[in-house]
Amino acid sequence: MYSFDPTEEQQMLLEAVGKYAANDLRIAARDAEEGGQLPGKIVSKGWEIGLLQASIPEVYGGFGERSAVTGVLAVEEMAFGDLAGALAVITPSLFAMPLLLAGSEQQKQTYLPKIVEGEWSPYTAALIEYAYDFDPNALRTVATIKGDEYILTGEKAFVPFARDAETILVYASLEGKTQGFIVARSSAGLSISEEREKLMSLNALPMFRVKLDSVRVPTTDRLGGASGHDFAPILAAMRVATAAAAVGVANAAFEYSMNYAKDREAFGVKIAQKQAIAFMLAEMRTEIEASRLLTWEAAWKLDQGKEDDFTEAYLAVTGAADMAMMVTDRAVQILGGHGYIREHPVEMWMRNGRGFTMFTGLAIV
Amino acid sequence: MPIEFEAPKPVVQTQFVLKTVAEEMMRSNSRYFDEHEHEIPWDYIEFIHTAMKAMGVGSLAPKDKGNGHGNGSEEKERRPSISYQLLAAQIEMLAWGDVGMYLVTPGGGLGAAAVQAAGTPEQKSKFLERFSGEKPTLAAMCMTEAGAGSDTASIRTRAVLDEKTNEWVLNGEKIFVTSGDKALSEYEKLGRGFIVVWASIDPSAGRAGMRAFVVEAGTPGVRIVKLERKMGIRASDTAAISLVDAHVPYDNVLGSPTVEKTTSGFKGAMATFDATRPLVAASGLGVARAALEFLKEKLTENGVQIRYGLPRQKLTSVERDVIDMEIMLKSAWLMVIKAVWMADNKRSNVLEASMSKIKAGDACTKITQKVVEILGPLGYSREFLAEKWFRDAKITDIYEGTGQINRLVVARQILGYSGKELR
Repeated sequence: MYSFDPTEEQQMLLEAVGKYAANDLRIAARDAEEGGQLPGKIVSKGWEIGLLQASIPEVYGGFGERSAVTGVLAVEEMAFGDLAGALAVITPSLFAMPLLLAGSEQQKQTYLPKIVEGEWSPYTAALIEYAYDFDPNALRTVATIKGDEYILTGEKAFVPFARDAETILVYASLEGKTQGFIVARSSAGLSISEEREKLMSLNALPMFRVKLDSVRVPTTDRLGGASGHDFAPILAAMRVATAAAAVGVANAAFEYSMNYAKDREAFGVKIAQKQAIAFMLAEMRTEIEASRLLTWEAAWKLDQGKEDDFTEAYLAVTGAADMAMMVTDRAVQILGGHGYIREHPVEMWMRNGRGFTMFTGLAIV
Repeated sequence: MPIEFEAPKPVVQTQFVLKTVAEEMMRSNSRYFDEHEHEIPWDYIEFIHTAMKAMGVGSLAPKDKGNGHGNGSEEKERRPSISYQLLAAQIEMLAWGDVGMYLVTPGGGLGAAAVQAAGTPEQKSKFLERFSGEKPTLAAMCMTEAGAGSDTASIRTRAVLDEKTNEWVLNGEKIFVTSGDKALSEYEKLGRGFIVVWASIDPSAGRAGMRAFVVEAGTPGVRIVKLERKMGIRASDTAAISLVDAHVPYDNVLGSPTVEKTTSGFKGAMATFDATRPLVAASGLGVARAALEFLKEKLTENGVQIRYGLPRQKLTSVERDVIDMEIMLKSAWLMVIKAVWMADNKRSNVLEASMSKIKAGDACTKITQKVVEILGPLGYSREFLAEKWFRDAKITDIYEGTGQINRLVVARQILGYSGKELR
């Protein structure tokens, strides 16, 4: 049967996330972006809502079960508050979720309880590489087998909280296949850039380059153990999360520009009363709904293990990225000159909006 | 129930059955009826009528209306109805076969939908029973006039009550009546149909004076003036109908006959649209799916693989186009599903119905245009159906509310504006 209603449990979670997004993330967003730093307690407050904790079974210290549908609902809501803040809150998932999905029993027991039972701590992952044609399935960072070790060489980019992280999940190409490796930051040959990444947006999220120069990783620290893992489910989980974040940011821009248009007068009427503006808003709302539903369906297919789930996750994020660019661009346009001024948030959302074609790797559900 | 995208079993079953019908009865005759406009696809009409009876599907008209306006207690099921979901799936599949032929599927069509949306329980049973009869039967909706398209409130057809005979007397001319000929003209193979005519009982009352009248086939004074020649959907007749002193029984007015200072009559028309817009959207998406599947077949034949999962920068232009089309088609379909699911659950779906129509109108026109483009001379040639689907698809963005009218509906909904505040 079809149904479009979140469960009661999901609604309660969304309410909590919604409050946090509106009262904490959104309020802090501009200063955080300008100052390059999120307020101290905001991340731990978001962590306490327990998004990740609720995805991890009790045996590994959590109190729930992973649901991609719940994940995309929550990520959308959080990104509606602020993208950089949302990504910061869920950074530990970048490490924990692949372990849950593909880790060996020993890896799960070693790391998951430590992560979910404590305070927010900077466990992170390194997927993205600094290349115009970056492809998560064809990484330039390479792992080779040498005895009972892997040797990792290459450079990763956009790694959140890498300087603070004790342990990083590094993705590298092993015999042409993308595999995860649990790498201690203190490993010989691993170096992290002094300077943070300088990007068009997400200034509040500290991200770094990570260089690997013949870093040795024991077989047991390959994600899934010696036999490795399938990367496709992890990538799909990243894609639906990124799609959900795109929907959240687009919805923020839509709502803000709609309220502005209802308030702003020109030629004796509210500009929202002009079809030129009203039609833009109608299309923005329609396209947001289209992407949201495709993202939901992709997440639902992941949960159900449907045959075409990975393809649909790809379609969802591809569509959502285009949609977010269109919607955020129009939001700035509706505010006109004011949209271009940094006193309003729409220009920031437009800068966010351009990123979703390359943000896969920064979120996972 | 939690968020779920599993099609209900009856939907899957009906899709399975109708796929064969679409292939055997429709697709194979698509070109013939496109090139022989105004010929009637009798084989299809009779076959689908028998098949639907066998399936216990009386007609393609929904068994129950959504939108919370009507009395849903006729159905004693405790589970939420899935009749609109079923209908959307059936329509999509038949339109995938041939949308022009789908439009002549016997059953109530838009005429019955209007009775469902605005009629009393007595009227529903009186007028809708015929669709489960022995002979295939059609009904039609007469809204548009030469001077009133999307601006339905400026309809000039008049209905005056003749108090001596207690009959309504209708005068005016209607155009663009889908299946008007099959609903009105006498054909031996068809049962007696009707048209639903929107007319004003009080022009000074504007929208409040609008009412819908069931006009039976054979009513004196009602005449087909013209059958249009169209860009596409040529298997479906589009009639111009004149009404000259047409007498209609008093009880054939749908809903309340008294003019109150409300717009309930007009709202009746609009409620019909909430129910039918997602269904029209579904028909457009059937055409779009046919075109996209055909393109993918041809690409495969020519050794072109779509490499899903690659970053945009690495895709060829054709791959990007195909992926974009799939995104459009899938998400538009989900919007249709959500809109009909809401109707089935008796939730107001004004916003969702119009959004699904906007999205489907955009998706099916863009997809069919792109498919012709990518196929080049093969796409443009009448040897294949791509060019026909291109012509067929365009109407989706026009009838049952143009894309622009639906944008206006959506804008008013999200902004909370009245028709006066946002014209």
